[in-house]
Amino acid sequence: MADSTLKQLVLGRKDVQDLSDTEQDLPPDLMTVNMGPSHPAMHGTVRIVLTVDGERIVRSDVQPGYLHRCFEKESEYATYTQVFPYTDRLNYVSPMINNVGWAMAVEKLMGLTSAIPKRVEYIRVIVSEMSRMTDHLTCVGASAMELGAFTAFLYFLKAREWLYELLEVVSGARLTHSYVRVGGVVKDLPQGFHTELTNTLDKIAGVMVEVEAMLNNNKIFRDRMAGIGAMSKEDAIATGCVGPIARACGVDYDVRRDHPYSVYPEVEFDVPLGTTGDCYDRYLVRVEELKQCIRILRQCLRQIPAGPIMVDDPRVTLPPKQDTYNTIESMIRHFKHIMDGIRVPPGEAYTFVEGGNGEIGFFIVADGTGRPYKAYCRSPSFVHLSTAGQLIHNHLIADVVPIFGMINMIGGECDK
Amino acid sequence: MAKQVLDALTAKFPHAVDRTEMTYGDEVAWIKRDHLVEVAKWLRDELGFVFPVFVTAIDRLDWKPIGLPPSEHWNEDKPRFEVAYQLRSKTNQRLRLKIAAPEQDPRVPSLAELWPAFNWQERETFDMYGIRFDGHPDLRRIYLYEEFVGYPLRKDYPKEKRQPLVRRDDLALNPLKKEVR
Repeated sequence: MADSTLKQLVLGRKDVQDLSDTEQDLPPDLMTVNMGPSHPAMHGTVRIVLTVDGERIVRSDVQPGYLHRCFEKESEYATYTQVFPYTDRLNYVSPMINNVGWAMAVEKLMGLTSAIPKRVEYIRVIVSEMSRMTDHLTCVGASAMELGAFTAFLYFLKAREWLYELLEVVSGARLTHSYVRVGGVVKDLPQGFHTELTNTLDKIAGVMVEVEAMLNNNKIFRDRMAGIGAMSKEDAIATGCVGPIARACGVDYDVRRDHPYSVYPEVEFDVPLGTTGDCYDRYLVRVEELKQCIRILRQCLRQIPAGPIMVDDPRVTLPPKQDTYNTIESMIRHFKHIMDGIRVPPGEAYTFVEGGNGEIGFFIVADGTGRPYKAYCRSPSFVHLSTAGQLIHNHLIADVVPIFGMINMIGGECDK
Repeated sequence: MAKQVLDALTAKFPHAVDRTEMTYGDEVAWIKRDHLVEVAKWLRDELGFVFPVFVTAIDRLDWKPIGLPPSEHWNEDKPRFEVAYQLRSKTNQRLRLKIAAPEQDPRVPSLAELWPAFNWQERETFDMYGIRFDGHPDLRRIYLYEEFVGYPLRKDYPKEKRQPLVRRDDLALNPLKKEVR
């Protein structure tokens, strides 16, 4: 048996010199490549079926759903208070904002929106903005890491950890806080929180300077980001993009400014806008928003008043523990509150807040019981991911990584 | 400001608007489903409702609101499903279009051609509620796998029901792969 035949039999292939001229040409066919669901750049939960011509993507099918945990179905069986832990797990990088969104949705249905104490509103804005910072820090840091800038990733994660530690001091949990309640928050800010947060913000401002110096004019970073995944303003509007992605395309919309809620009218901040709508602009918008978060937080720390941390309304508040143990009325109220839940009058309302990725909204249909008849979450990640197929079209496979990183798809929020 | 959109809508399409209401500051217009595309196109082009927000459906099968008279409860004469389209205008007005769909014929015209954002959200609504969107370019399940039987967010789908994925080979191949072969 000739050597080459043996090789072909054993290895199933020929050496290049054994191939005829036509066989040596690269195959002209399109090829289908499966990216994800377990791919480091797919954040663990999305599958993209790519049809590639060489390295160029000619067609793609984005398939979410690998992290679907039935948020909406489970919510229909939980009391309004029990939904808070579920909302933590929607966008698990900025859970506080989801908590606030859900609380505001229920409060709107109960007509409590204007009765919320000022201090509660300030605490909610403070924890929301801290969450927004953790969201942006993770997004920018992880994207930089995926492009090889591991140092920037570590710097940002260090900064994120300071915020997580503070949020842990506030709420008792590092990641899934469940800190907000209908009508208020669980507990007041701890002693010394003001100085801690002020110091942390100063440190983070320092980190921002360092990381911006590292990334903004870094040739590799710019080459991978600038001009990649660009979207026009019209497309961004028609595809429903919100938040930093839409703002990078020049869509001037921020829920905090255009539908002011909570105490956002009382603080000053700018809404950064991009011009080109590519990955580099998305990065710049996020970095600028981080600075605006620091600005908002500093104002909030100056302006926060003293006062109660829960609205005084027996429909939504638990009685004081002292009374629960000592009077029968309070004990019954406590029991009904826990077992039946907060009774929300029949109606339906859509309430939305500015989340880390843009407008996150809850559409609740209430039927007068303590559990929602329907709870729908308008998740920005899902809407943004639907544009991914269009964004990666005609790009190289390597460009999927920055595009996907800057879309900042959060599996929990996208798949619900 | 608030009622103007609803009034303009009713004046322009008296035959298409069933009724209008305000709930918690949201404007809601009930549209006959045959006229949905026409109304939506007018809203987008003339009134500046260019921003799509969300689509979802409501299953009224179990609707017995506490504190409301029994006439408000759902019964078999009423349409079981409602599809809600939420839109936002350039001046940040919010409008919800609602379309009733009966149980036997849960069909609604698709608005995915007008707003690409609704492409995936209509797929999600189809996946969860089994609403068929006429004219949708690619109405496949999106969260669940195609072998899944039933629609999990319908009220008659038990929460505890489990469906292990059973491989079926009689289904059409992935059209994306077919061209490659």
